[in-house]
Amino acid sequence: MRYLPKSPVERHEMLAAIGAKSIDELFSSIPERYRLREALKLPGPLSEAEVIQYFKERAAENSGGYTSFLGAGVYNHLRSVVTDAILQRGEFLTSYTPYQAEISQGTLQAIFEFQTLMCQLTGQEVANASMYDGSTATTEAVLMAERLTGRRRVLVARSVHPEYRDVLKTYAKNSGLQVEEIGYAASGTLDTKALQAALKEDVAAVVVQSPNFFGVIEPVAALADIAHGPGAMLAVAVAEGVSLGAVRPPAEADIVAMEAQSFGLAPSYGGPFAGVIASRDKYVRQMPGRLAGQTTDAEGRRGFVLTLATREQHIRREKATSNICTNQALCALAATVHLTLLGKEGLREMAQQNISKAQFALAELLKVPGVRRAFDAPFFNEFTIKLPRSVKLVNTHLLREKIVGPFVLGTAYPELTKHALVCVTETTTRAEIERFAAALLRALEQPI
Amino acid sequence: MAYPKEYRYTKEHEWIDLKGGVATVGITDYAQHELGDVVFVELPKVGYKTTAGKSFGTVESVKAVSEIYSPAAGEVIEANTALQNTPEKINTDPHGAAWLIKIRIANPAEITGLMDAAAYEAYIADKSKEASA
Amino acid sequence: MDEKIKKAGRHTSQSEGLIFEKSSPGKRAFELPPLDVPAIDPARALGASHRREGVEGFPEVSEIEVLRHFTRLSTWNYAIDLGMYPLGSCTMKYNPRVNEFVARLDGIATEHPYQPQELSQGCLKILRLLEQCLLEITGMDAITLQPAAGAQGELTGLLLIRAYLENQGNPRKKVLIPDSAHGTNPATAVIAGYQVENIKSESHGQIDVEKLRELVTPDVAALMITNPSTLGIFEQRIPEIAEILHAKGALLYMDGANMNALTGVTRPGDLGVDVMHLNLHKTFSTPHGGGGPGAGPVAMKKILEPFRPVPILVEKEGGRLALEQVRPNSIGRVKAFAGNFGVLVRALAYILAYGPGVRQATEDAVLNANYIRKHLEGVYELPYSLPSMHEVVFSDAIQKKNGVNTMDIAKRLIDYGFHPYTTAFPLIVPGALMIEPTESESKEECDLFIDAMKAIAREAATNPELVKTAPHTTRVRRLDEVAAARKPVLRWKPSTKSNAAD
Repeated sequence: MRYLPKSPVERHEMLAAIGAKSIDELFSSIPERYRLREALKLPGPLSEAEVIQYFKERAAENSGGYTSFLGAGVYNHLRSVVTDAILQRGEFLTSYTPYQAEISQGTLQAIFEFQTLMCQLTGQEVANASMYDGSTATTEAVLMAERLTGRRRVLVARSVHPEYRDVLKTYAKNSGLQVEEIGYAASGTLDTKALQAALKEDVAAVVVQSPNFFGVIEPVAALADIAHGPGAMLAVAVAEGVSLGAVRPPAEADIVAMEAQSFGLAPSYGGPFAGVIASRDKYVRQMPGRLAGQTTDAEGRRGFVLTLATREQHIRREKATSNICTNQALCALAATVHLTLLGKEGLREMAQQNISKAQFALAELLKVPGVRRAFDAPFFNEFTIKLPRSVKLVNTHLLREKIVGPFVLGTAYPELTKHALVCVTETTTRAEIERFAAALLRALEQPI
Repeated sequence: MAYPKEYRYTKEHEWIDLKGGVATVGITDYAQHELGDVVFVELPKVGYKTTAGKSFGTVESVKAVSEIYSPAAGEVIEANTALQNTPEKINTDPHGAAWLIKIRIANPAEITGLMDAAAYEAYIADKSKEASA
Repeated sequence: MDEKIKKAGRHTSQSEGLIFEKSSPGKRAFELPPLDVPAIDPARALGASHRREGVEGFPEVSEIEVLRHFTRLSTWNYAIDLGMYPLGSCTMKYNPRVNEFVARLDGIATEHPYQPQELSQGCLKILRLLEQCLLEITGMDAITLQPAAGAQGELTGLLLIRAYLENQGNPRKKVLIPDSAHGTNPATAVIAGYQVENIKSESHGQIDVEKLRELVTPDVAALMITNPSTLGIFEQRIPEIAEILHAKGALLYMDGANMNALTGVTRPGDLGVDVMHLNLHKTFSTPHGGGGPGAGPVAMKKILEPFRPVPILVEKEGGRLALEQVRPNSIGRVKAFAGNFGVLVRALAYILAYGPGVRQATEDAVLNANYIRKHLEGVYELPYSLPSMHEVVFSDAIQKKNGVNTMDIAKRLIDYGFHPYTTAFPLIVPGALMIEPTESESKEECDLFIDAMKAIAREAATNPELVKTAPHTTRVRRLDEVAAARKPVLRWKPSTKSNAAD
């Protein structure tokens, strides 16, 4: 087998050195009757060429040749080939968590730079080295608020990503957290009246997403004021990070939970991505996840170490701030390289292109008779339209025209079966947008 | 480092200086030595109600967290917040400047029943023997 | 330094500051295609109150500077691609490059999780084949690929147990965890709403079965066991342990972190395990990438199947595959979208390359560990003498007499060109040296490691100061972790620019 570096003679020599007659002797501590007598029934072995062939065949069964208007938490953005060239360096790809700082300075400094970039983007003071993804980061933000306030009620906007809310409910169920949902107003933003009615002095956190799941931007500063009134924290989830290149950051939030997928990570059918928690310095000891910190060595040279480790599971065990062990270091590195490549100007330009294209797309779609804009609050690169008929039916028609239609909001919001969430990024061309509008017109003209 | 004669000591390595119904509590030189360089201290707020044998805070080194247990029931009347910025004092002056909290004690007998300096020194001498065995 | 050991030599490495320190306004490393629609003023689209004028402090550098910056940083890391990485419990094996290649294919990396399922059959077939392979390897009945990593797998497993017991009327209160367990186990149990009760190991490092019999009360929901244990020893009485639990209505959870010792040789499902997680970034070769991403699928017996987290992969009529989002008894969703798909792709590529021959990998891993044990026994103290599987745990008791501890020995290994083993874990061995070579090391590399360990043992006896101040050959010496923790500096700020001379 090509991955195994031993010849039969070497195996024999090693067994002899151990003093074992056969390899089976080394497994003698497994009771005989539980040892497999037959080989596992697995496909393979496959040569490298056959492995590639298998996956190319599967790839061909997917969505090649279709134009997509899906976002809803996973965004298609331009990625430089430079990012992947760095990512595939074995020193990054095949190293472990940087516990041995002296021979992990590359990973540690990159994490430190990631933490800095995340602070700059979110307007927060401290950010961790990453966690699984946006959904689990949002949950961890809530658990952090619970620890900081000692309160157990959480108010979550219904306009937070439905799958993020699902994950929060799964974690909350057994930890005594009481999760309540707050609806949205006609503009698409959080219903502040409903929030104020539900907000009492037992609330740990108010959780919103911005831009929210309908694409509209929440008034974070105003919501922070409302939440802080009775001493609750405001946690803001950011699913589309590119928005932060043009939209005011959630600086007034107490905790920001971000999904970093938009920063150089491929959609990859939903993962792996990277979540981030950013917050204020004074809350750092209650933050989950790894942190890299700057220090010096015995000779005064600058260096980096994992720090404040006493928050973590391997030391605190059952009293840890979180059970998370892995972070998404390689994904965080991709985001670091990607954002460094984009730089200040590149990110700003990318964000502005998203705005321009989304505005153009909305205008084109509104020309189609019967199509209406659903919410009037400002949006970034996603917006909700209302169609005169079920989005599911329309999408079936669009598919015939090689278009993957917008996200069907009715799957998560029963009251919005005619509502569609359209996403347009810098990768969507004007021609594609125009083709979509034309196809939508034909779809709506079809007899039902 | 000498163990002050007027203090009382617990098996969890806290010292207590009881004066007029107020107990000043810290961790012993032995405890700071076992823990290593202290990097962070978490103390309760004034007004916090302590319970004998229950944790009221933590002292952390780089790789260990140590709970601090209250020697008696009572109410915290002062916490040494200066330690937040100078946790290293716990290493340099554990029996003096690095006191942790002052508690108004409900029942002083809970304190007077604890080990005196001689008993505590014998107790830790035993511990050291155990560790090297 | 024993100069006869040829593993490592010296070479220069480039100095490099923080990327922010190279920034100068107007430089850029990325250009977008021109905008093909009318440009809209963001202030008009967003409204003045939502508008942001660029990100303050963001780097402005050129493409060559970015490439050099990260390439230079990369040379400061050790990696499997450079040599043996014997971190116990972490299974640092070779990460085949074809896995990286296929995960990046158009049609794999490009797919959106919400695209119609008729346009996702390729992705779903990959998921189904991986499910089938992992079920065959574990001997279990059902599986979920959703969890993002081992710790999330553990949580998913405990939530399954909880849901099953709740369905029977009583979720119970406690989870038993051996003192040799990974730190994630107790942290996870608490998040699943259980109290943790520790069980001490008996004198050979195995679970104390008699003690267990006493501890399994009607309050106990499960025992979380690692097998082989963190001592690298197979729990010989595991079928009996399963029976004790089952007789009282409790379940057996197995932490599959050490599956590299068992794959193709025995199956947890056959041993009586009810639910377990796998670390695809350990046993199934997906790259650690400096600390993630991973994936932690959870395999289970039939009784737990109805409670699996959504989405659930199902086969519809005509062989079409679909993800079901709604299941009445499901524990819910543990992660958005369809698991860490890109990691799952790599794991399947690994399994396909081996096929049934994956047993050879297990055999070589166990052979390497025992070979190292044989040569280092006596040089280092072996606290538990039962047969080792894929890893071996020594202690620093001999070297401690000269004031040299496991961390010092580990740091000295760096000078000899190796990544350290796992230090100070498991907790039940004071001063532990936990060595897991994996199957990816040749006899030559194992011999070099043994020679280096012996050389360090000699140094510890003759020149302990040399070992205690190691490493001596790295870019930076031991770093001041105390200062880092007392006054945390967790991000760059413009004001720190002045002291960045290096």
